[in-house]
Amino acid sequence: MLIQKKRIVIIGATSAIAEHCARLWVNQSPADLVLVGRDTAKIEQVAADLLIRSPESAVQSHRLDFTDPVQIRRLADEIADYGAIDIVLIAHGSLPDQAACQQDLAACREALTLNGISPVLFAEAFAGHMQKANTGALIIIGSVAGDRGRKSNYVYGSAKGLVTRYAQGLQHRLADSNVKVVLIKPGPTDTPMTRHLKQQGDNGLASVEKVAKSIVKGASRGQLVVYAPVKWAWIMMVVRHLPYFLFKRLNV
Amino acid sequence: MVAVSSWGRLSQSEHQVHFLTHRHPAPVQIRETAPGLAHGMGRSYGDAALNPGGCLWNTTSLDRFISLDERTGQLACETGVLLRDIQRLMMPRGWILPVTPGTQLITVGGAIANDVHGKNHHVLGCFGDHVLRLTLLRTDGEIIECGPDLLPDWFAATVGGIGLTGVILSATIQLRRIAGPWLNTETIAYASLDQFFQQADDSEADWEHTVSWIDCCVGSQGRGLFMRGNPVEVENRAEPRDRSFGMPFVPPFSLVNRWSLRLFNAAYFNLKKRKAAPRIMHYQPFFYPLDNLLEWNRMYGPKGFFQYQCVVPRETGDDAIQAMLGDIARSGEGSFLAVLKTFGNRQPVGMLSFPQPGVTLALDFSNKAMQTAQLFARLDAIVREAGGRIYLAKDARMPRDLFEAGYPRLNEFLPYRDRGISSAMSRRLMGF
Repeated sequence: MLIQKKRIVIIGATSAIAEHCARLWVNQSPADLVLVGRDTAKIEQVAADLLIRSPESAVQSHRLDFTDPVQIRRLADEIADYGAIDIVLIAHGSLPDQAACQQDLAACREALTLNGISPVLFAEAFAGHMQKANTGALIIIGSVAGDRGRKSNYVYGSAKGLVTRYAQGLQHRLADSNVKVVLIKPGPTDTPMTRHLKQQGDNGLASVEKVAKSIVKGASRGQLVVYAPVKWAWIMMVVRHLPYFLFKRLNV
Repeated sequence: MVAVSSWGRLSQSEHQVHFLTHRHPAPVQIRETAPGLAHGMGRSYGDAALNPGGCLWNTTSLDRFISLDERTGQLACETGVLLRDIQRLMMPRGWILPVTPGTQLITVGGAIANDVHGKNHHVLGCFGDHVLRLTLLRTDGEIIECGPDLLPDWFAATVGGIGLTGVILSATIQLRRIAGPWLNTETIAYASLDQFFQQADDSEADWEHTVSWIDCCVGSQGRGLFMRGNPVEVENRAEPRDRSFGMPFVPPFSLVNRWSLRLFNAAYFNLKKRKAAPRIMHYQPFFYPLDNLLEWNRMYGPKGFFQYQCVVPRETGDDAIQAMLGDIARSGEGSFLAVLKTFGNRQPVGMLSFPQPGVTLALDFSNKAMQTAQLFARLDAIVREAGGRIYLAKDARMPRDLFEAGYPRLNEFLPYRDRGISSAMSRRLMGF
């Protein structure tokens, strides 16, 4: 019997977290992957790697401008035309330099667009198709930074906060359907994006493999919000509820 | 700047760490940040992969497979792929890495740069013997493709060249056919060095993997457990599950001391001696017994530890090993992790590769400053006298003259060095 391969769409497929999620998915079972990124050479290298890990999988790659609503809509329509999608992972983003965002409004806008608006446009483009098909999991990567604004990265945090509210609304809209919307909030993860924070060894940064594992697990369970690793759920509960007169003294 | 230690945890120096994430931007990234040094999993024990105060190019995110020919078993991958990932991917497809050391948690680039060896050296040589091609990136941006049949001089300099000829970006490896993950193994107790050599010689022809654990507490005659194994086809046996435990913190002092050592070694020897019957083992516990004990290097406490690994020629080997074991037992130092193994009669590919025909002894020592240095000076004298050498992947302290005497191809190697690359080890042993 021919088993239907899972159809998985990954936006920002060359990000370290997305790449590791893809590896986990193809290790589970061969999949039909659509990789979307900004750099063709990088996407091709990721695609070749995944095909060696899972020769029975199929991989398509697309290069796209992540901020162009027309291109985003066209891509989602094209992919949906081929049939129902099992998983959409929206994983792109970049950690901006907070100080630069304060000085340079263009940098500020770019950070807000890439980390806030762009993920919403992608999610919105796919949500309609998934609602119609009444199946699938839409996974959006937010951040613990979106839980409370703080001076060291509030531009990034506010973009991720936007994604958080958006995901809540979308979950509400699709509550009666079979479509699951999962918001992932990774704590600081050891990826190229955070490498300047890295200390060797026990540094509080979660390994990207661990985060990828909790994303894949959370997605299969259809949890509304997944903190990755789980300890961040507790840490952020405290951070969110810390009274302002204490919070303002923290150098975070 | 971040603090980086090597596996021996002897130092915690600040480094500027740059992560290489993709192949094509690497030349620009490296040219802009040189001078520096490639750094993988940091499993070298000493200072081979350290560059205190300077730049490290971390290669662990360059971990993609590039191409695979399932008919011929030729696998091309990026430099940061772990040997573990190759084994996991290829074992179910009937292929295995021909040569792996005692841990699979190292990168392909590191395996080449240290030209690592394993328990089957007498049959299959070193890791570098199975590399067909490698891509070497020089800090000036030049890319050199080399292999045993393409620019073989560059290849011989880079295999075992401890990262000093350039940054290895990717490699093509010839894998080896295997029936499955199982090995037929035997453990045989020996009560003297003579018995060890006898076992080693008898086993060489019929056994692919040989190694021995040696009790370093009992003096110059030694006693230990000789282990040997051959791949075997076993049907329908469940593979062990992955379970790993971590050493959760660094104890305030070394857990390895003369009392714990004697106790452990005697218990281990007697326990294993009684369970010496042949048995079927999975490749992972046989090849990589410590890989499930994460960060075991922490058990030596905050001061870290040295590993002393030397090889001495067979003609002088018997006396030299006896003399070293005597000195070690008298010092009361040493560790559980002591290995004695004969190498096959073959020359390695690399100009600075470690293995040579003879017998190799490897031992861990808690770092006790002067006391340890004095013991090492005595061991160095024995190695020098016997015409042996010390393994660069393990070393943090050998004197320069011993290095020069042990590695006669050094002058042949030096012209291939990349001027934009230097390490704590290269400055210590080569002056720059």
